[in-house]
Amino acid sequence: MNNLIVSPTALAFAVILVVIALAINLKEKIGLERDMIIGVIRAVIQLTVVGYVLTYIIKVNRIWLTGLMVAIIIFNAALNANKRANGIPHAFVISLLAIATATLITILLLVIAGAVRFTPSQIVPISGMIASNAMVAIGLAYRSMNTSFHDQRQGVLERLALGANLKQASAHIVQMAIRTGMAPTIDSAKTVGIVSLPGMMSGLIFAGVDPTKAIMYQIMVTFMLLAATSIGSVIACYLAYPRYYNSDMQLRDKSLNSAK
Amino acid sequence: MTEPIFDVQGLRYRNGKNQILQDITVQIEQGANLTIAGPSGSGKSTFLRILATLLTPTAGVVKFNGKKQSTYPKPVYRQQVSYCFQQPTLFGETVRDNLKFPFEIRNQTFDETKALAALDSVELKAEMLDQPIIELSGGEKQRVALVRNLLFKPQVLLLDEISAGLDVDTKGVVHRLIQSYRESGVTVLSVTHDESEIAAADDLMRIRDGKIEVPAHE
Repeated sequence: MNNLIVSPTALAFAVILVVIALAINLKEKIGLERDMIIGVIRAVIQLTVVGYVLTYIIKVNRIWLTGLMVAIIIFNAALNANKRANGIPHAFVISLLAIATATLITILLLVIAGAVRFTPSQIVPISGMIASNAMVAIGLAYRSMNTSFHDQRQGVLERLALGANLKQASAHIVQMAIRTGMAPTIDSAKTVGIVSLPGMMSGLIFAGVDPTKAIMYQIMVTFMLLAATSIGSVIACYLAYPRYYNSDMQLRDKSLNSAK
Repeated sequence: MTEPIFDVQGLRYRNGKNQILQDITVQIEQGANLTIAGPSGSGKSTFLRILATLLTPTAGVVKFNGKKQSTYPKPVYRQQVSYCFQQPTLFGETVRDNLKFPFEIRNQTFDETKALAALDSVELKAEMLDQPIIELSGGEKQRVALVRNLLFKPQVLLLDEISAGLDVDTKGVVHRLIQSYRESGVTVLSVTHDESEIAAADDLMRIRDGKIEVPAHE
């Protein structure tokens, strides 16, 4: 592990990379410089704080503290997924339920299988990976559902008019949303090792772990993320689609109401 | 006297600041063939959509077969009171996808013979079953949509200007099909602007500014 040295001086030099990105941004008038600066400042503060917090949690090694950290991760992931919901009623609660279930089921299976131990140094980072992937998948699924319910409104109305129940009227939209949510994870599973050397595996190799062992971990992570994104997307989509309808099984959007 | 199929009392519908329907009261008999006419924006489509439960009235009561609309499970009601759109959207990739849907929502296996007979009833060939929907003309789309509504015979057919924009031949095919369903006891309510359809109406109701101008049966 001794070969893993990033000194404060080295980090300071890495700032040059940010300056290059900023310079390109300003020259090309992309207009992202404010977001980039905020992003960099937030990343430094958040990661520094979480570094100290993780050090403390790993040191004291209490179950409740580990659980609390996992809960905070899930809560923040749900808050973020909620921002992508664009007005779906109760999206925060739905996201919280979906991400919590995806994270807890996946972790439980990994602990039962003996793939990870219930120690803060393993549970917290793994929860973060699962929750963030589920969050991205759910966000994409929400966006897909919003677009489809808007663009395919007439088709949904006709299905309802033919006597379909809400599930039958929405099935094609829900399936598309789940596919959209899972697509990045599936694409990444297909190209892992060929295109990308994922962060966890690279980190372990950086830290001096035997690459074959690092790869075993990465395979586990790939399976874990496939499970988590599918559980998260399915739960979120199936809980969210009824929110597009009112209690009279009519679409909530106003365009039908404009009929004269 | 038999119970009316629809008993509409004091129906009102407001959309934001617009009062679209005001105090509509009408009884529609079983097996009626009622034509609903009126200027654009008069509220006739809204009236039809309320009967189809695609809109909920702001006030008033609609009874279907003597029971309040709200007492029926919506899918059951909508399968019996079938609403046809003016510009229908077809689903999926092919005509088959559209004709399978009414079977799927009733948890029934697709009956190809029945589907082909239904296509034949609107003078569409059997080969059309697997034709991509993007290749269909406007008239063919409207006929496929109508077949989709009629694969399982409803009690009521609500037609929202379905013959608008169709050529004379296609209008004839559509009218003959609807006539055959009417003769088999289906109640037909059709909204139209077409003067020839208004002139040929058995029973005419005119709506203007959200009110009934000429009541049914007069």
